[in-house]
Amino acid sequence: MAQRGRVKEALWGYAFIAPTGLGIAIFYLWPVLQTAYFSLTEWGAFGGHTWTGLDNYRRLASDPEVGRSLVNTLTYTGLGLVSIPLAIGFAVLLNRKGMRFVGLYRTLFFLPVITMPVAIAMVWRWLYNGDYGLINYLLSLIGIDGPNWVADPATALYALVVVGVWASVGYNLIIFLAGLQAIPKEYYEAAEIDGAGPARQFFHVTLPLLSPTAFFVSVVSVIGSLQLFDLVYVMAGSGAAARANPAFPRLQTVVQLFYDRAFVTNDRGYAAAIVMMLLLLIVVLTAVQFRFQKRWVHYA
Amino acid sequence: MRRNLGVHTILIASALAMVAPFVWQVITSLKTLSSATSVPPSLLPEGRWDNYSRVFDVIPFGHQFLNTVLMAGLRTIGQVLFCSMAAYAFARLRFPGRNVLFGVLLSVLMVPPQLFIIPQYQIMSSLGWLNSLQALVVPGLFSAFGVFLLRQFFLGLPRELEEAAAIDGAGPVRIYWSIVLPLARPGLIALSLLVLLWSWNDLFWPLVVNTDPDKMTLSAGLASLQGQFQTDYPVLMAGSLLASLPIIAIFTVLQRQFIQGIATTGTKG
Repeated sequence: MAQRGRVKEALWGYAFIAPTGLGIAIFYLWPVLQTAYFSLTEWGAFGGHTWTGLDNYRRLASDPEVGRSLVNTLTYTGLGLVSIPLAIGFAVLLNRKGMRFVGLYRTLFFLPVITMPVAIAMVWRWLYNGDYGLINYLLSLIGIDGPNWVADPATALYALVVVGVWASVGYNLIIFLAGLQAIPKEYYEAAEIDGAGPARQFFHVTLPLLSPTAFFVSVVSVIGSLQLFDLVYVMAGSGAAARANPAFPRLQTVVQLFYDRAFVTNDRGYAAAIVMMLLLLIVVLTAVQFRFQKRWVHYA
Repeated sequence: MRRNLGVHTILIASALAMVAPFVWQVITSLKTLSSATSVPPSLLPEGRWDNYSRVFDVIPFGHQFLNTVLMAGLRTIGQVLFCSMAAYAFARLRFPGRNVLFGVLLSVLMVPPQLFIIPQYQIMSSLGWLNSLQALVVPGLFSAFGVFLLRQFFLGLPRELEEAAAIDGAGPVRIYWSIVLPLARPGLIALSLLVLLWSWNDLFWPLVVNTDPDKMTLSAGLASLQGQFQTDYPVLMAGSLLASLPIIAIFTVLQRQFIQGIATTGTKG
């Protein structure tokens, strides 16, 4: 009887996971293996492909566009981490005792998080416009002659970082607020009794106890930033329009390059090698972060 | 009190920086092209509401809106149903291979989505599904993330009710449907909102599979508008505002659940 019950339970278990299990196997698991295989092939004009071994990877190593897009992506990712201290700062301010309008502030900071990235990229492109953009107009009021932000190689990538940080602060803020609210009040009471002022409390209580949250946010942000596509696709354009932009070499990211090779020039074997490189990059940078967490992350 | 005044000054200035681009978007969307590109710019809107109707002339906005609603809606329903079924099995039922299968599922979670896309595209192409609603919806019905999120949630639910129901002779289907799902409402809502948000805003996949303007989603349609009408900023601003407005409206109404979803799950960058 018990035996039959266990078999029945197991059968139901398989039945319940069947739809997702099959879907994931067909649309996610098998594709990863296929992409790995494709990265070792070259694609003809009509979709057939031939085995070329490591040729694509050799090509990667000597392709200046790959090098550039890697540098751009890593720069964007590194500078984008500014979002974390900013979000911690705002979260601490919002978490103060007796703060009013917290809900309103939270909503306003959260607006860029939920807005369609394509729409965000368009608005910023308009703000950044060299001739009619609001930013250059405001700069002109204080006597500065602003550049053509996203079409100037000197500024394009940094202009992109600003938008990325602006769009992600609200998201990180929410996670840090949740982290702050999980810190027991007793720690602050004890610190106060010991005579610690707000600054000491921040550095000796808040930051250490928030460090696991910061670690998590950092891992997730790095993974997200390495996959930057939407903003670049809209702000730099794609295909011929993008190549007409003098700043395009400073804007192209790894995923943008992947999109171009896979779906514009139909060089799918090479595109597969590019995303395999992205996977490796993500694994390495995540592993490095896990390795270094001992230095700064305190688990209570 | 005086200290809080300083804090509010910082927060108000920052909040303005968060909102200013949207305000400028609204103002520009109500200008003529010539006044939008005049120097110095006027900071006032002009009431050119026809920019909003012109969006419908330059792209098949109605079609694209419907495609986006259907894609986001069907993906959400599918994921909530399928993920909750799998999550229930992983959280509550015992079967051989459960841990191995869950481990495989977790490994999918860590792979960047770009690794799926070329083969997924091949599948859609060989099924003859390019430029169809199926292409937008079907791969998005399944999600390792959703299973993971809901499983965590289910593990936190008290077991007593289920045990009582089991003693009364209820089988797994009944327990799942009439006990676990109702108890898990906050988790299901959080997942729904996240799937809705990501689907609505998704660009890469829709851009790749549906290239016929009538079959595009709003994000891809707008991105194409950008290419064709680079200079008509008032119409671009009106279009991008119209496209993001529904999700902003949903967020405003369901703020608490949205934030809970993100704060408790945190994943996805």
